[in-house]
Amino acid sequence: MMSVLPVLFIGLGGLVMLLAGVLARRDHSFAITAAAIIVLALAGRLVFVAPDGVVLHGLLVTNGFTRFADILVLLGAIGGLALSIAYNKRTGIGRFEYPVLVLFAVVGMIVLVGANNLLSLYVGFEIQSLALYVLAAFARHSLRSSEAGLKYFVLGALSSGLLLYGISLVYGFAGTTGFAGIARAFSGDNTAMIGSTFGLVFVLVGLAFKISAAPFHMWTPDVYEGAPSAVTAFFATAPKVAVMALLARVLLGPFGGMLVNWQMLVEILAAASMIVGAIGGMRQNNIKRLMGYSAIGQMGYVLMGLAAGNQAAVRGVLIYLTIYVVMSLGVFGCIVAMSRKGRPVEQIGDLAGMAAEDPRYALALAVFMWGLAGIPPLAGFFSKLYVFLAAVRAGLDGLAVIGIVTSLMAAAYYLRVIKVMYFDRGEPGFDQRTVGMNAVIYASAVATALFILMPAPITEASTYAAHALMSAGF
Amino acid sequence: MIEQIFFYMFSAVLLVSACMVITARNPVHSVLFLILAFLNAAALFVMAGAAFLAMVLVIVYVGAVAVLFLFVVMMLDVDFIALREGFQKFLPLGLTVGFVLMAEIGLSLAGFEASGTMRLAAATHRVAGLSDAASIGDLLYTRYLYVFELAGLLLVIAMIGAIVLTLTEGARPRRQDLARQHDRPIADTLTLVKPVIGAGIAPLPAREDVP
Repeated sequence: MMSVLPVLFIGLGGLVMLLAGVLARRDHSFAITAAAIIVLALAGRLVFVAPDGVVLHGLLVTNGFTRFADILVLLGAIGGLALSIAYNKRTGIGRFEYPVLVLFAVVGMIVLVGANNLLSLYVGFEIQSLALYVLAAFARHSLRSSEAGLKYFVLGALSSGLLLYGISLVYGFAGTTGFAGIARAFSGDNTAMIGSTFGLVFVLVGLAFKISAAPFHMWTPDVYEGAPSAVTAFFATAPKVAVMALLARVLLGPFGGMLVNWQMLVEILAAASMIVGAIGGMRQNNIKRLMGYSAIGQMGYVLMGLAAGNQAAVRGVLIYLTIYVVMSLGVFGCIVAMSRKGRPVEQIGDLAGMAAEDPRYALALAVFMWGLAGIPPLAGFFSKLYVFLAAVRAGLDGLAVIGIVTSLMAAAYYLRVIKVMYFDRGEPGFDQRTVGMNAVIYASAVATALFILMPAPITEASTYAAHALMSAGF
Repeated sequence: MIEQIFFYMFSAVLLVSACMVITARNPVHSVLFLILAFLNAAALFVMAGAAFLAMVLVIVYVGAVAVLFLFVVMMLDVDFIALREGFQKFLPLGLTVGFVLMAEIGLSLAGFEASGTMRLAAATHRVAGLSDAASIGDLLYTRYLYVFELAGLLLVIAMIGAIVLTLTEGARPRRQDLARQHDRPIADTLTLVKPVIGAGIAPLPAREDVP
């Protein structure tokens, strides 16, 4: 019972807020968003109350790994909500359903992270996706937002279909949907059987859609651009962490005996994502599209770490995800702050002259861009270091070479943002930033810049979480 | 013997009507074929001994989902001719991709072999002494309660989403006003006419529409 506490707490919190929002005559979106942030923070405490172990007839598992991922998801969601308050108000979409939908999406993600059965995996996946579709289209008077929602919905439905088909094949092969049973069925001589391999491929494709790994990335730039910036900030962090954590658990747990079968696939996904991310971002002028391609590339690096498939790899993946969440929140904090007279602007050219007008903002965004490019001594360098190390040690030299070449290419477009801010003439004249934005931007910038001084908390926690995953089996 | 005849009959009608769903020119016909497909699938469920599933399929899919589809098709003014533009152009490509995928899936399923655990599960799936409805309920509310409740949350999200994306507050909320409805006198809403047989129907006198 204690293990479901986080899910129960957030879910009930969402329902209570929904009721409060509907019954209240006046607009209480600020109070409800603040309440949602508090609920998420308290849920972060409850994650540690939940004891280790498999509960509810094997549907849910809690261990060090799931706790780590839960905390990251909650962090991303809290950051996204903090950014949304002012942005939603400014763009006229400040309605109380927004934080409620974010809370429900987080419920889905936590279910997903702790899924120990293909059924709970699928239901968590759908809860998360459905809430995200609505959030993408939340600015319904905007054509681009509606388009983003529709595109995300159609492709998301397709990916759910593929995932379900894979699940049915796996079930048809193993006779059970529980992870433990699947691991048993897929061990020994069974690994090379055609039913299991096909099921694995479809499940992998379905999940790759959600983390926008190439060649299943088509929706990413459009959805990132079309969705309201605060929603994009949420998209770029929490769901990516949840699905990536689940992917690690599924590949190393139930499908752990089929490492030889999936390693090649993950390598291809990783290489394609890194290349698409590096080349696609080159010609973008919209900073949200740029971040979309950046996300594709970054997921490629995470997948490269995952392809190694051992404890060091999982540790690298977790460190990477943590730093990625922090940097993404920072960048999107900066993007949300880009507005003139209440209207959001999104072109990179709009940042020209930023360094002269607002040096602190420019420095913070520069830190994130350097970090995303992986330039030492910023946090982004270390996150790349760990996954590259894991890949090289596992003998994936070719992948590591592709990774280095693509990160050099991607550095070009990250550095271009800095060049525009520092060396181009212009008068941005952005609106005053709010407390929430400043908090997110500066906290992320400090964390990115000073990670080198105190890496221990994150690396130690990642080591512990990776050990928990590998020793539990899943 | 008779079972096999029925099985093939239902399956054949199911497949044909499924094909008709996507090829019929008139969208209303598509929906009607969809209902036919559901009914045949329900018949197959009955033959497999899953009477409860068959009933649920008919009640939920035919009774609710298909009728909803019909409403949507009739109410939305979608230009289906325009939707079909490009159908000819992309047909060869679509057919090729579909054929390749189909061949791959067919090949893989031809070599499909269940693991030992699956054979064990298939042999012991039926609980003695329980009807299928009872055993479904038994599983749903005990073993899978967690997933069941989460599915409920999924429906709540769907509902919130539909309301958030469509409800417009302010301008003209189309709410029901019972007091106003009850206040209307009969004379405002109803006109009794006695048409003379063979004389046709005379146009009604113009009258201000009461909303």
